[in-house]
Amino acid sequence: MENNKKNNTNRKSSESKKIKRREVIKGLATIPVLGAFVYGWYKKHKFDRLLKQAIQGDINLDAVNPVINKNISKGKQIRIGIIGCGSRGRDLLKAAGFIHPEIIDNWKEEALKNKADKRYHDYLEQEDLNLIVNGVCDVFDINAEKGREAASNLNREGAGGKMGAKPRRYGTYKELLAANDIDAVIIATPDHWHGTMTIEAAKSGKHVYSEKPMTWTVPETYKVVKAVKDNNIVFQLGHQNRQNESYFKAKEAIKKNILGKINLIEVTTNRNSPNGAWVYNIPEEAGPGNIDWKQFIGPAPYHDFSLKRFFRWRCWWDYSTGISGDLFTHEYDAMNQILGLGIPDSAVSSGGIYYFKDGRTVPDVLQMAFEYPDRNFSLVYSASLASNKNRGRVIMGHDAYMEVGKDLKIYVDTGSTKYKKKLDDGIIDPSLPMYSFSPGMKQVDAITSPTEQYFAGRGLLYTYRGGKRVNTSHLHIKDWIDCIRDGTQPSCNINMGFEEAMTAHMGTIAYRENRKVFWDSDKQEIV
Amino acid sequence: MKSIKCTSFSTTQLFWLVALRVLIGWYFLYEGMVKLTNPNWSGVGYLLDSDGFLKEFYLSLANNHFLLKTVDLMNIWGLIAIGLGLILGAFSRIAIIAGIILLGLYYFSHPPFIGLKYSLPMEGSYLFVNKILIELAALVVLFVFPTSKEIGLDRFIFSRKEK
Repeated sequence: MENNKKNNTNRKSSESKKIKRREVIKGLATIPVLGAFVYGWYKKHKFDRLLKQAIQGDINLDAVNPVINKNISKGKQIRIGIIGCGSRGRDLLKAAGFIHPEIIDNWKEEALKNKADKRYHDYLEQEDLNLIVNGVCDVFDINAEKGREAASNLNREGAGGKMGAKPRRYGTYKELLAANDIDAVIIATPDHWHGTMTIEAAKSGKHVYSEKPMTWTVPETYKVVKAVKDNNIVFQLGHQNRQNESYFKAKEAIKKNILGKINLIEVTTNRNSPNGAWVYNIPEEAGPGNIDWKQFIGPAPYHDFSLKRFFRWRCWWDYSTGISGDLFTHEYDAMNQILGLGIPDSAVSSGGIYYFKDGRTVPDVLQMAFEYPDRNFSLVYSASLASNKNRGRVIMGHDAYMEVGKDLKIYVDTGSTKYKKKLDDGIIDPSLPMYSFSPGMKQVDAITSPTEQYFAGRGLLYTYRGGKRVNTSHLHIKDWIDCIRDGTQPSCNINMGFEEAMTAHMGTIAYRENRKVFWDSDKQEIV
Repeated sequence: MKSIKCTSFSTTQLFWLVALRVLIGWYFLYEGMVKLTNPNWSGVGYLLDSDGFLKEFYLSLANNHFLLKTVDLMNIWGLIAIGLGLILGAFSRIAIIAGIILLGLYYFSHPPFIGLKYSLPMEGSYLFVNKILIELAALVVLFVFPTSKEIGLDRFIFSRKEK
């Protein structure tokens, strides 16, 4: 009996032990999956790291964003005068910290409708450059008044806000340049005035920020250079793309010879709207009574008063430098900044007035080819004012090509010699960028997920990441002001301006005279 | 919802239900870990690309710094926690419910409805039903046929309470 009982309890306890063990096994059954996960994770991580290292060895670009000049504008207040208060002139005033109250009201209203609209908020965050506008000049009364209103908006307020005193309006630019309470001038007039005004401003000892192109004619280009250098002023040409972060990275990539031997550079302009083709609105209230036509004409050939010519001056050679001076210069300056192009050996050009047959004399479709035989490459430019097909900006090398825009992308060429092994081994996929850079991202990454690439390419990351949009014109003006304060040279200085102007003139002459144009580098002349 | 007791499953049924749970868990965990270890990751692009009747809601999340940070953190740690919960069978009910909510939020951010277009390329062709919806439905199945008290840590976690 006793034994039986004992046996029974023994059996029971061993059974319950078994059950317990089974229970534990069931409860922990899936834990090995976690082990497999950790192992898989480790393997994948190692693989990605090796891949990254393999490519980064070739790229060797810093994995950090370039730092933009961050010093705060201290020191003496700089007194500004502005010549030309049209839409671009007022844009520059805005970039300098003087915004027309109507824009503030408009932005506030838009921000209420659309929470994503951060323009008002971002503008308030724009650095105060410690400037004051003491003089305004415009040959059109309404623009002059708008300029004064913007200049008096010291606190970035809307209409009805507390304004400062409106600056004096000068009847002529010469009077403005003679003023004692102005240190530096912004020139945002039509092209035919840029050179003349810069020369006179330099002679009066004023620092100059001039809109592009630097000059309207070849002879005045030399005079501008001489005046700026003789008078030792700080000159900045208005190519605000000089402040684009992705260009800094592009320059670094070129320096490190990632693309191999460069043989072709392709730049384009793609526009398709009346506004893009310079057919601007003519204000109803404009007329001979409020426009100083004689002063507008200035160095240009005489023509009877014409509202069309006054407001759409870019369409006539009489005042304009056409697509070459107005639009190509931005593309050229971008490439000059990245590649240090200098003035080309020769230029040819073709095109015509194919779409906007509105009486204009400048072409609306234009092709130009510039040769750099010493560097063994060509620079090709193509523009249409009647097609939006986006053709980008590409630098082509034997081993890789680079697309430069707001973002920077480098793709390996399928025929590359340098990357052949990595292409064959499947380490590099030529359909995906080997390197991409979006300004504003926390850190540069050689390989990112396809999704990220996609968003980066569309600029989504740039616009919203970090929440701050930086206005390049503001940075460009800041660059100029900082240089005035510490006596250094800005990024788009007079030498850059000379190269920009001469290259653009070569293209224009090639088109207008229908011939191949050469640069005589010994004589520094276009022949 | 009345759930079925896992003891009534046959071994094959139990095996495949657990396999489904572990596979979905793996997927969640990996997505979370990838986001956690990528310093550049943010849901901002995905949110900005939203469309459909909840578009405004998703955009407002993307456009507020604080909310965006919260959404990013909740996404990362939510995915990881749900993944671990499903694989280990720990607090599975909560993990499944959280997973359903998260997948619902993904689905309505990019609903495959007629006429809606997204920047984010889709890897397949969808009309109303996409893989997110199917994954969501699979989680509902796991909710209705729970397994973690049989195979999983919930066996220990909930054993005393239920006695």
